[in-house]
This record gives sequence, structure tokens and C-alpha cells, in this order.
Amino acid sequence: MLSKLIRTAVVASAVIMTGAAQADSVKIGFVTTLTTPAAVIGEDMKNSVELAMEHIGGKMGGLDVELIMEDDGFKPDVGKQKTDKLVKQDDVDFVTGYIWSHVLLASAKSVLDADKFLISANAGPSQIAGKRCHKNFFSSSWQNDQTPMAMGEHLNQKGVKSIYVMAPNYAAGKDMVRGVESTFKGDVLGKDMTKWGADAQLDFSAELAKAKASGAEGIFVFYPGKAGGAFIKQYQQAGLQGKMDLYSVFTVDSIALPKLQAAGLSGVLGSKNTQEWSPDILNAANQRFVGDYLKKHGKYPSFYGAQSYDAIMLIKSAVEKVGGNLDDKDAVRAALKAADFDSVRGKYSYGNNHMPIQNFYLREVVEDEQGRWTTRIVSTVLTNHQDPYAKDCKM
Amino acid sequence: MDWNLLITQLLNGLQLGLLLFLLASGLTLIFGIMDFINLSHGSFYMIGAYFCGSVVARSGSFLAGVLFGLVGMFAVGALVEWFIARKLYRSDHLDHVLVTFGLILIFDTLVHLIWGAAGMAIPLPDVLNGQITLGSLVFPVYRTLIIVAGLLVAAILFVLVTKTRLGMLIRAGASNRSMVEALGININRLFLFVFALGAAMAGLAGMLIAPITEASIGMGNDIIIVAFVVVIVGGIGSVKGAFYAALILGLIDTMSRSYLDVVLNLAMPVTYAETAAPALSAMLIYILMAAVLAFRPQGLFPPAGMK
Repeated sequence: MLSKLIRTAVVASAVIMTGAAQADSVKIGFVTTLTTPAAVIGEDMKNSVELAMEHIGGKMGGLDVELIMEDDGFKPDVGKQKTDKLVKQDDVDFVTGYIWSHVLLASAKSVLDADKFLISANAGPSQIAGKRCHKNFFSSSWQNDQTPMAMGEHLNQKGVKSIYVMAPNYAAGKDMVRGVESTFKGDVLGKDMTKWGADAQLDFSAELAKAKASGAEGIFVFYPGKAGGAFIKQYQQAGLQGKMDLYSVFTVDSIALPKLQAAGLSGVLGSKNTQEWSPDILNAANQRFVGDYLKKHGKYPSFYGAQSYDAIMLIKSAVEKVGGNLDDKDAVRAALKAADFDSVRGKYSYGNNHMPIQNFYLREVVEDEQGRWTTRIVSTVLTNHQDPYAKDCKM
Repeated sequence: MDWNLLITQLLNGLQLGLLLFLLASGLTLIFGIMDFINLSHGSFYMIGAYFCGSVVARSGSFLAGVLFGLVGMFAVGALVEWFIARKLYRSDHLDHVLVTFGLILIFDTLVHLIWGAAGMAIPLPDVLNGQITLGSLVFPVYRTLIIVAGLLVAAILFVLVTKTRLGMLIRAGASNRSMVEALGININRLFLFVFALGAAMAGLAGMLIAPITEASIGMGNDIIIVAFVVVIVGGIGSVKGAFYAALILGLIDTMSRSYLDVVLNLAMPVTYAETAAPALSAMLIYILMAAVLAFRPQGLFPPAGMK
């Protein structure tokens, strides 16, 4: 009888002990796309997060980091389910990741209602930057409109008079188009919003024929992931190269370039895109990140990876600042807002809506010393730029 | 009216239609003759692209890739028929759907294990990346090649189905399967051949599209739905029906992507037209299918003798 009682007591205390031990770790949920063709992006993010974990030795402010990866399958409903699981079942402290704006929009409420911290490592939908901004939401990337706004500015500087616009028909695609239209002073001679999602349209024959017939000087596109490679190929096959200059955002990146190189599509060399980061940014954090990534995976990381790496480092800076006391939400929030860490893009700050205020660069596709295709910064287009929705955010 | 644009878009529609035909012709034969619903037909499209890509990566020759891919896909089709489909002909359609859906998952995972998640780009020789110029009309060489290849396969299939003894059996099988069996025809061999031929044609479609869009996991799952629409609109079991239906759907899809926003703009402000046009053009082929099912459920060109 007594022994049974002791045994029960031991078991009970063991349960309590593990409960206590859980509080001594930082739990981070990471939602990205690990299946469907968009998995190439998710893999790059995963590689970068794993590299960040190696660099910090799996610890933040003395606490062990527990990382839980979830696959959104490129679908908003699945993304939300996985987010619910992370919040309710795993009881994570931070949820981060999110490539896609529509997935983030569907999932944000689950995280924010549970009073957890949400850090987007990519998606930057206008809704969350403006009216739906939230004290517990932070971005380690940008607001969608900003990068195309930088491109519009570059087009003005270059004196381009007319463009044709193509983007996928979803939340981010609409933001991108609005972004470039808001700064570009010339004429938009035509616009195509194509089908997007797991069964996205990848054959752009009809749209490219229209673009060509429009007689525009340049073509502005936003085709992230696999669609980017497909677009560039068809752009070249349609004979538009040299007749209609290519200006892109989130399309020509380290995910598309190795494949374009393998396919010998040299038309992309010299093409311009805008971004808040580039592998050649000179700072210690970026050189370590890009150098170790190259060593480990034999290819350049993408901006998705850079932002994911930053998301982990941002969380680390906050955990360290509050001395591991994650229950003090206000202190954690203030620490996140300070963005007091060595970002691979260089120092940035947060605006009232917790979107980064940062520089945007014009990048050019070049061949590096080892003959690999990559991007290099040409100039700074926007300095310390804040997104246009910040004013709608009552924070 | 920009006539060059119109002609270009007609050619684009023709190219898309012929690609759909390559997929749908196999599907309609398998569906019509064996009464077998093969959801995994799209997997053949995907595997064909990966076979071709692997050979091109090693040999550098696109032609070698296609030839090897065709042989490989014929073998894959034969194996699937022999080990899986054959055991299911006498079961009902729900079993077909369940098993072939499982096959999709198996094939997708196999491709993931063998080739990885990244997808595969297939390089083309420089000449195919160029353009053909005819007066003021400029059209990509590669899309012209798809049109020529599609028409060629359609012609071969037409001769095979209408002029040969094998074709006679195929037509007979589509019209009345039990009668063909009763007449002492080795139906197993016929089924094996038709299944493998269908797989090879689906694979060919995948090989032809991959240099444009890249080979990727699940690429067939998107297009197989449209291929089923082609089969239903054309009439189940009818190669001729599949041909016309594929061309009609290809043209509808391309033309609506090209001109629907302009047309809608006549009736509504430009911002609404821009949003509504892509949504509506994605729906049009399904609206057509619904209309066909409502007014002519046997399809536009059903096989002879089929009720």
C-alpha cells in the first residue's frame, strides 16, 4: 500500500517536473511549404533555420530551443490547421515562417487570439500592415507593396515610359501590382492576373502574346518560386528578350537561378530586380550566413532563407533581453520591437505597425567567380522606407 | 483589331488543345474500353517529364530524352496494367478511384524520393529556344514543335484506330466490350496495349510541356481534371471526340485569357473586369462541361453504337 503511494507520488512529481522543464525551453513553430512544387522555397527556409540553430548552438539566453516545422501544403486552410495545432497542442511561444500572404491572412488570428507572438518571415499582406495590424505581429521581411514600389522608382529613374504588368491573382499579387503602380509615373499598358495556388497557371503563352502586342517598353512581373523559372523561359522563347526589358520582384532569386543556368537561359543575366537583401551585402552576419550556407548546401541562400534566419535571430535577441522570462509578454514585445540584433540585411527598425523600415536595393543578375549565377547590388533605390499602410494602423 | 495577336492566340490555343488531346486520348480509351477510371493518368504525364529530363541531363539530347521517355512510359503503363489495373476491371468505379488515387500518392512520393522536391528544368537546344518569323508574325519554335508533334500523333492514332485490325478491336471494345470478348478476342493483350499506349501519350504530353514549365511533383494532378473534362465533352471512349473537345477547350481557355477582360470591360469598370476575367476564364471550360452534360450527356462525338 505504502509502496503504491510512493510510486504514485514519484510519477506525479515526474509529471510536474516535466511541466516545469517545458518552461525552460523556447518553443518556436515554423510554418512553411514542404510539399507541392513550392517546397523548393520551404526547403530553403528550412535549411536557413537549421543553419541559424547551428549558429546559436540550439540555445537562446541559456534556454533550449525546440523547433517544430509544419507544412502548409500551399493552402490557406491547411496553413490555418497547422497553426492551430502549433498554438493549441504544442503551445509554442512564437510562430514564424509563412511564405504566402493568403496563408498568413488565414492563420494570423489563431496565433494572435492566443496571445502568442507571430513573426512573418516572408508574407507581408497590406491588411496586416494596415487596419488589421496587431501588437503581437512582427515581420522579418517587408510589406508586399514596398519591393515593387522600389521597382517603380527605379523605372522612373531609368526613364521607362510604359510597362506591361503580370502577377498571380492572390493577396500578394494584388499588393505587388498596387505597389508598382503607386510609384511608376509612366503608363501601364496592360495587366494580367493569372491563376494561383497548388494548381497555378504556369503556361503564359496567351499573356506573353498580349504583352508583346501592347508595345510596352518593359514588363514587370511577380512570379515567386517555380513559376518564376517557367516565366523567364517562356519570356525568352517568345523572343521578348532585347525588345521588352524584364523587371521583376521575388521572381529571379537563388531558387530560380540555378535552374535557369542549368537550362542555359542566359537572357536572365543582367536583368534587374529589387530586394531588401542580397547575398553580397557586406556585414559580418550576412557573410557568415551566406558563407556557411554555400559550404553546407553548395548553392546560394535566397531572400526567403535570409528572412527566416533573421526571424530566428530576432527571437533570440528578444529571449535574451528578457532573460528567458517569456511570460512577461510586454517585455518580450518591447524587445522584439527594438530589433536589436545583427540582421543579415544590416540594421533596420520597426514602424508603428511592426513592419521593418529598411533600405531597398536594385540588384542585377551576374555570374560569380565560380561561375554560379547570383544577384549583386547595383544601387540603393529606397532608403529607410516605410510601407504606405502604416498610417492606417492605430498602434 | 490586332490580327497578329489573334493569329498568335489561335496558335497558342491550338498548342494547348493538342497537349490536352495527348493526355485525354489515352484517358478516353482506357475509360471507354476497359471502363476503368484512371485518376493516376496524370502521374504518367509527370513521370514522362522526369524520364525525359533525366536522359536529357545525361545525354544532352532532347530527342534522345523523348524517345527514351516514350519507351519508358510504355513500360510503366504496361507494368501498372499488369500488376494493378488488371485486377480491378471487374470491381466498381469507387475501387478504381480509391486505388488510382493511392497510386498518385505513391508516384508523387517516389518522384520526391528519386528526384527531390526541387523539380527539374529540361534544357532545349538553342534552335528550339528561338522564334519563327512569318511576315510580322513571330511565334516560338518550340510551341510550333508541340503543334506539329501533336498533329502527328493525332494522325498516327487516327490511322491506327480507323484503318488497322487493332483499331477495329479498339473501336469494338469501346462500343461493346462483352461482345468483343464473346468473339474470342484476347482481350487481356488488347487492354495491356491500350493502357501502355495511353501512358506513353500522357508521358509525351509531359515531356513536351516540361521544357516550358519544368517537371515538378503533382504537375499531372492539375491537368488531369481538365483532361477528364475533355473526355466527358468529347464522349467517353471516342478518340475523335477527344480530339475535337481538346481543341475546343484549348481555344476557349486561351481566348478567354486573351480577350475576356476586354469584353467584360464593355460592361463594367476596368478594376472589376481585371479581377473577374481570370476567375471567369478559369470557369468557362467547366461551364461548357455542365452544358454538355445537361443537353448531350453522351458527349459531342460518342463512339458509334454507344448509347
